[in-house]
Amino acid sequence: MNFLAYLRSLAAKFFRRSEIENDIQDELRSHIQHRADDLERSGLNRTAAERRARIEFGGHVRFKEESREALGGNFLETLMLDVHFSLRVLRKSPGFTLTAVLTLALAIGANAVVFSVLNALILRPLDVPNPESLYTIEHRRNISLEFSYPDYLDLRDHNRSFDGLAAYNNSQAGLDTDGNPSRVFVDEVSGNYFDVFGIQPYLGRFIHASDEHGPNSAPYIVLNYAYWHSHFQAERGVIGRTVQLNKHPFTIIGVAPAGFHGPVLFFSQDLFVPIVNQEQLEGANSLNERGFPSLLMTIGHLKPGLTPQQAIGDLNSIGAYLEKTYPKTDAHMGFGLARPSLFGEFGGPPTRAFLTALMLLAGLILLAACANLGSLFAARAADRTRELALRLALGAGRSRILRALFTEALLISLMGGALGLWGGAVLLRRLSVWQPVAKYPVHMAVYPDGHVYAVALLLTLVSGFLFGAAPVRQVLRTDPYEIVKSGSIAKVGRRITVQDLLLVVQIAICAVLITSSMVAVRGYARSLDSNFGFEPRNAMLMDTDLAMAGYRGDRVPAMQKRMIETMQAIPGVTCVGLADLTPLNGSLDNSIVFTAETTDLRSSNAAGGVVMYKVSPGYFRAAGTVMLSGRDFTWHDDQNAPRVAVINQEFARRIFGSVASAIGRYFKSSDGTRIQVVGIAEQGKYQRIGEDPELAMFFSILQSPSGGTTLLVRSNRDPAQLAVAMRSKLRGLDSGLPFLIQTWKQGLGVALFGPRMATISLGVLGAMGAMLSITGIFGMAAYSVSKRLKELGIRMALGAQRREVLEAALGRAFRLLAFGSTAGLVLGILASRVLASIVYQATPRDPLVLAGVVLAMALLGLVATWVPAQRALLLDPMTLLREE
Amino acid sequence: MSGQAQLLPGTLDLLILKAVSLGPLHGYGILLRIGQISEQALLIEQGALYPALFRLVRQGLLKADWGTSENNRRAKFYELTAAGRKRLREETDGWNRLASAIASALSARPEEV
Repeated sequence: MNFLAYLRSLAAKFFRRSEIENDIQDELRSHIQHRADDLERSGLNRTAAERRARIEFGGHVRFKEESREALGGNFLETLMLDVHFSLRVLRKSPGFTLTAVLTLALAIGANAVVFSVLNALILRPLDVPNPESLYTIEHRRNISLEFSYPDYLDLRDHNRSFDGLAAYNNSQAGLDTDGNPSRVFVDEVSGNYFDVFGIQPYLGRFIHASDEHGPNSAPYIVLNYAYWHSHFQAERGVIGRTVQLNKHPFTIIGVAPAGFHGPVLFFSQDLFVPIVNQEQLEGANSLNERGFPSLLMTIGHLKPGLTPQQAIGDLNSIGAYLEKTYPKTDAHMGFGLARPSLFGEFGGPPTRAFLTALMLLAGLILLAACANLGSLFAARAADRTRELALRLALGAGRSRILRALFTEALLISLMGGALGLWGGAVLLRRLSVWQPVAKYPVHMAVYPDGHVYAVALLLTLVSGFLFGAAPVRQVLRTDPYEIVKSGSIAKVGRRITVQDLLLVVQIAICAVLITSSMVAVRGYARSLDSNFGFEPRNAMLMDTDLAMAGYRGDRVPAMQKRMIETMQAIPGVTCVGLADLTPLNGSLDNSIVFTAETTDLRSSNAAGGVVMYKVSPGYFRAAGTVMLSGRDFTWHDDQNAPRVAVINQEFARRIFGSVASAIGRYFKSSDGTRIQVVGIAEQGKYQRIGEDPELAMFFSILQSPSGGTTLLVRSNRDPAQLAVAMRSKLRGLDSGLPFLIQTWKQGLGVALFGPRMATISLGVLGAMGAMLSITGIFGMAAYSVSKRLKELGIRMALGAQRREVLEAALGRAFRLLAFGSTAGLVLGILASRVLASIVYQATPRDPLVLAGVVLAMALLGLVATWVPAQRALLLDPMTLLREE
Repeated sequence: MSGQAQLLPGTLDLLILKAVSLGPLHGYGILLRIGQISEQALLIEQGALYPALFRLVRQGLLKADWGTSENNRRAKFYELTAAGRKRLREETDGWNRLASAIASALSARPEEV
């Protein structure tokens, strides 16, 4: 029989099951009737004859089942029978079923979610043609991906390794389609950008290298597909339309294909604009400055057959040429290649490490859940020893009984898996549309895909087999005759059983989870309390860029001064400051400085790399940054006055030796201007809350103008009301200026995103660990009490005290709990070293954490054993002994 | 019942084939026929007949059809197929060879060795 025919006959049998069933039924009945006819003829009355005939026939059900098996194609049918039987058994103990399904749903759900994120951020390649040969160039020295435009042009034109090298930078702009400008996220792209990716437009055409004819020569817009849908209602007629971008006319020429949002996975832009029009977008043109990194990233496909190593050699030879030709600006031109999807080495390794660790923890959860269910199953099998023995004695094969037990386990795991996956998918869908950071277009496409479903199914089946295997040994060793003869074989031995082992493993795993989540949460709480070098409480931020409304030149500082004055006039506002950027807000302006004595200003002679801010007078007071000595800027520190700067503590210490000796001293900026130090500010955090002390300097925004504007408004008023007042005042100043208002705490979302995600996910896993240990201990304790009811009853009847009863009933559970927790705590402390690298200030050697874990485990034990303990204490020995 | 012998494993199929080869029969009839031709010497559990019958049908050695019995009841009648007839011949030969071999082995006397 060929396979297809076999399948067809199987299907036919499957669907005609009841027909076959009836057929068998009819035939057996016919047999009994014929036999009864004979018996009747020999003198019995009809009823007696039929009864006798049935008895002679033997095990009706068994023969029916054997007949069905003999008919073949029985795998599916037996399976259906097993499923049917298991469902009946499970329906009889709904509490057990519900607990088991929920436990597994949680564990599988957690794994599905973590794997889905891992899949989206690490495993799934970028959705462009040939993602495997796509690389970005990084600076070997500081793993930065940023390049100046002239350096990029040299790399693009002289390399022999890439099939075209594209570059882009991101910025924001004001897009005006109907007189009401809104803030949009723009990717400024090189002309060859789309061609390097090798993608085709969904609509219209893309920007090409042939469009570039010098500065501001290509006023074209390509829309992101999602943005076209949400803001242009997917209207095909937008092609050819002219809109205002930062008050300059641009023409919409195309729409990018759905799903394309550049080379970085968790960012998305609203539109693409040629980088040659940078001046119109950012208000200044830095495309000719070799020393200014105006590009966020370069991307290209390696030529076929070329190894990354060969390409790096090629790039480094260009680097050596650049170092020689432009010693002032191009000092360290050693290169490496990295994957663009997570910002190269900057985001890749930490993300990978964290997600791998998380996946490991989720795996532990599943393992704990399996141990939990395994011991439940073993206990159930022990309770059902009599039933199993009876079935064995009546001739059921051991394999058949094991198959039934596995069917039960798999049914539970499939139900749990389906429920968990459903919950996980709901959560992931939420996560995918979540906008955690208002200032940046974060876009996390973590929708579950085929891989996620496959992994979830695999995990489900594997865990079903894992915990289903727990009672196997018990069943195989069951001796039906012994048990039927002597009742259940409750040996009150001191031997360590499989169940004990499983429970200890499970408790240890849970203690690891609880320890690491406590370490993370505590570390996070401490990092929020730590000193950032400014005071984020009771302050609002207003983010904008004056270039978005077409301000340039002298109009910029004038407008900024008016903004400050207008904000100060709002009732309840205590002080107002302004800066081009605020610390811990994602973007950074890096520069280098030289000592005053340096004359050869090549970047290799720099005294250090410094974070640079341009701030208004009053900024330090508004930010809550303490001035250690010297003075704040005044409105007289303008273009006509000598250049001055406020530096931070680390700058003073490293460049001038100490805070005391720095005031009044000079240093040189990257272009060689002599700048006098007039004030010293306290040390702060600038990029990440976990960073080492960095050098920072503050320039007067009157002396170093910047269109990028963040207003800091400090007030004790309700943030919502204050925001309304600020909005109306700003509209009054210029109705054409798009801006974003948020509290400073919300503004820290960028810097806190990683730690917050880490803490939330670890917290959730810890809570799940706690839940699992409760169900595990509860199951074990309840079981051991119910097993020993009779013994406990006798002890009580003989006058045992409550304490002794409790000790007898639960002592073992508590000893196992203590043992497991200790092991878990030690393991957790070891594991937390990994955590310390992600969550700032996370240390397991924290008495509070240690005490917390011990307390938590003890509490969990108490909660979980409460009900069984009550049951043991409330025993009435008389009733019990009478019943037995 | 002490005169009845337990069936050797595998011999039930042979007996069924033989019984049916003498004419189409329903299940109970097969049981009676086996009793008759073995002179009530063989003990067959009634229900155990059916799994064997279905197995033979599935192997294509028997074919079955519903009909009406001598008692005027609905019953399923079994008939040998060509394959069944062939199998019966082979099995009978095999059985006879085995039986005579065993018989001669068991009747061996010391002087013959």
